[in-house]
Amino acid sequence: MKTYDIVIVGGGPAGLAAAVAAKEAGNDSILILERDHELGGILNQCIHNGFGLHTFKEELTGPEYAYRFIKQVLDLGIEYKLNTMVMDIAADKTVTAMNREDGMFQIPAKAVILAMGCRERPRGALNIPGYRPAGIFSAGTAQRLVNIEGYMPGREVVILGSGDIGLIMARRMTLEGAKVKVVAELMPYSGGLKRNIVQCLDDYGIPLKLSHTVVDIEGKDHVTAVTIAEVGPDRKPIPGTEERYTCDTLLLSCGLIPENELSRSAGVTMNPVTSGPVVNESLETNIPGVFACGNVLHVHDLVDYVSEEAKRAGQNAVKYIADGCKEVAGDNVIELCATEGARYTVPSTINKDRMDDLLTVRFRVGDVYKNSFVSVYFDDERVMHNEKRILAPGEMEQIILQKKKLDEYPNLKKITVKIEKE
Amino acid sequence: MYDVLIIGAGVSGSAVAREVSRYNVSACVLEKCEDVCEGTSKANSAIVHAGFDAEEGSLMAKLNVEGNEMMDQLSKDLDIPFKRNGSLVVCVHEEEIDGLKTLYDRGVKNGVKGLKIISREEALEMEPNLSDDVVGALYAPTGGIVCPFELNIAMAENANMNGVEFRFNTEVEDIKKGEDGLFHVRTNNGEYISKVVVNAAGVYADKIHNMVSEDKMHIIERRGDYLLLDKEVGNYVSHTIFPQPTKYGKGVLVTPTVHGNLLVGPTAIDLENKEGNNTTAAGLNEVTSKASENVKNLPLRNVITSFAGLRAHLERHEFVIEEVKDAKGFIDVAGIESPGLTASPAIGKMVGDILKDMMGLTEKSDWIATRKGIKSTEGLSIDEMNALIKENPAYGTIVCRCESITEGEILDAIHRPLGARSLDGVKRRTRAGMGRCQAGFCSPRTMEIINRELGLSYEKITKSGGKSNIILERTKGEESHS
Repeated sequence: MKTYDIVIVGGGPAGLAAAVAAKEAGNDSILILERDHELGGILNQCIHNGFGLHTFKEELTGPEYAYRFIKQVLDLGIEYKLNTMVMDIAADKTVTAMNREDGMFQIPAKAVILAMGCRERPRGALNIPGYRPAGIFSAGTAQRLVNIEGYMPGREVVILGSGDIGLIMARRMTLEGAKVKVVAELMPYSGGLKRNIVQCLDDYGIPLKLSHTVVDIEGKDHVTAVTIAEVGPDRKPIPGTEERYTCDTLLLSCGLIPENELSRSAGVTMNPVTSGPVVNESLETNIPGVFACGNVLHVHDLVDYVSEEAKRAGQNAVKYIADGCKEVAGDNVIELCATEGARYTVPSTINKDRMDDLLTVRFRVGDVYKNSFVSVYFDDERVMHNEKRILAPGEMEQIILQKKKLDEYPNLKKITVKIEKE
Repeated sequence: MYDVLIIGAGVSGSAVAREVSRYNVSACVLEKCEDVCEGTSKANSAIVHAGFDAEEGSLMAKLNVEGNEMMDQLSKDLDIPFKRNGSLVVCVHEEEIDGLKTLYDRGVKNGVKGLKIISREEALEMEPNLSDDVVGALYAPTGGIVCPFELNIAMAENANMNGVEFRFNTEVEDIKKGEDGLFHVRTNNGEYISKVVVNAAGVYADKIHNMVSEDKMHIIERRGDYLLLDKEVGNYVSHTIFPQPTKYGKGVLVTPTVHGNLLVGPTAIDLENKEGNNTTAAGLNEVTSKASENVKNLPLRNVITSFAGLRAHLERHEFVIEEVKDAKGFIDVAGIESPGLTASPAIGKMVGDILKDMMGLTEKSDWIATRKGIKSTEGLSIDEMNALIKENPAYGTIVCRCESITEGEILDAIHRPLGARSLDGVKRRTRAGMGRCQAGFCSPRTMEIINRELGLSYEKITKSGGKSNIILERTKGEESHS
């Protein structure tokens, strides 16, 4: 088995963009490992449009967006293996993977880029009581079956969860001839993009019931009905508010979980808020030379930002190798803290000496805020105070830090991001 | 015509089938579902009980202890996972401490070896996550954990290898004794005739019994809800933690499973509903609150699924394994609630002996005692994996990424005797779909494999037989429906 400098785990949008950036930054020794039979990742099943508004100033479908990067991978001659599952990443960056042709093999990589994406939260993790019949799908699995395999799960649909995948599938199932009876959402606000509420529910007359959840599933062999109920501020069902819907399909869009099993077993430190790795300004984890980008790092809403993030990871991986794979001393490290409304930041730390001129810090809020301010403090001094008409958990936010601004604070220890009322 | 018909392919029926297969006899198992292990056998605590709980002198106690002792050899012969992890009955109320002595004495009388009453300190040293209120415990080193699916499937496969036939999707509708002295068993798939019938129909054993006997039997379905937690917390406890038992049974356990998950449950809720294995919010809450009395800070964030099973409970709370008095040649294997799983090999042997005497059976000289399970790739070295992949490239493709199950294992599950024909059939034989994403990733791929290997159209592929079709139809109406 050939060896490679950089091994990228995952050939979806993050892995592809990281690979292209790494090659363009001057490293020729790159291998993408992808478990599916084609590159493109989750974009392959996202046949709706709306991708690429930022990156290409065009509105592309998922497969079209993916192809823009796949073509670059092909044109640049970047190597990749399909139908290949990474089984282990060791702390010394040895990647163990497996496929039919090569069998099980190991690559002692100099740098690893984690780009594994997410999985969906299943019914079982939601403790929804009732029978366990056929006809219950996570929205992404249903999306794969409908869009790639070409099969309809059913014709009368109830959806739990107003995350983007649930909203997109509400429209998709309707367009394929099913009746989507209701979308129930546990929280008092939707988890998806506002434009998806409009384009997937409002435009099709599909009711959205906020502060509702599924409390029973009927049907022993196959789903026959689902009961939803209103929940109180404690998110527990309120007796007496039950509504029963006959249906043959229940789709669940109740959260994405970054797939970090490999990261954990490698010894990568996780952020419990994001369920993704803790990374520094270079998107590097606590293991020097192991970088993370895309949904495996934190769940994104827009693939454009995934590509942007992944590009930086690719460039930084090349830099790490070019600088001799050295572990960088952590002397000049500034801590990034999210508090009072901001749930987390990516990255978690900044080493000023390694920082680019501009650094994008991404974060999410924990609630809906109207007419509030995104405030940034350098130690105790407020340096940014940006008014935002609306902030919501379902819409990722960002601030841009300038290196030259940080240089004005030579003893800076902590940067805090918070939401303020005024 | 058959010598022996066995109704039910759960652990009891399959154990009987395996024992019967030792003899020169024609036998057939009738199972109303599409696969073995579809009833109580697939939804239980998976515990091999030590045997201190069952009443002294009862058949339950005798067969519990016998079955427990048989498990080491049986698990080797049948190539199934089994581990003696030991049980702890925990006392958290000072005033109930005498209860431990009662169990200890009962256990000793039942023939359980190695029992020991231990102090609070000893218990906490063995299990640091026990409740702060623990005052003492009963330690039973012979308690164990097993895979109930593989035990059931393996016994059935072994019976089949030795000539026992199996008929699935075959539901018994009526049984009459003919003028010829033979049992005429009417099913939805025609009539089956046999000299002897063994009733191992689980929660339906009363219905079957009452077809032939005036001495009516009444089984109460006792539902148990369970929570299954991620392998990440599978070692939260290492022994099986029991509360002190009540009249409803052994109580809510916290136990590692033999595959490394953590299992919490069951409740004991009496129903009159033979299909009532739906969980309820109250049931799942009861599991959590009762378990929390004995084990602190249960890592409930790591729940990956919940389920419920039905125990066939007779009011007298005892196994009924005997020839029915007013129906000669008809043998009940009824009321097989806990410790049914543990006792199953001993139940099989007991019925085998009854039949041998009753029918004057002779033993086969060429009985195959062992059965090889599906080759698991877990723990294989890189060289071992490569040898396997070279021989069969299907082992190089991972289908279930959560449990690392390869296509090779799924193909084996489909093509072996009594092979899988549904997603759940594949799941119970290989574990594909049992991981943290609960088949979200692998089910389209498993469907592709079933479609290719069995020629079943996507529309015909089911979760677990019957009407549990996954797919309704093609999009855009390209191909034929149904």
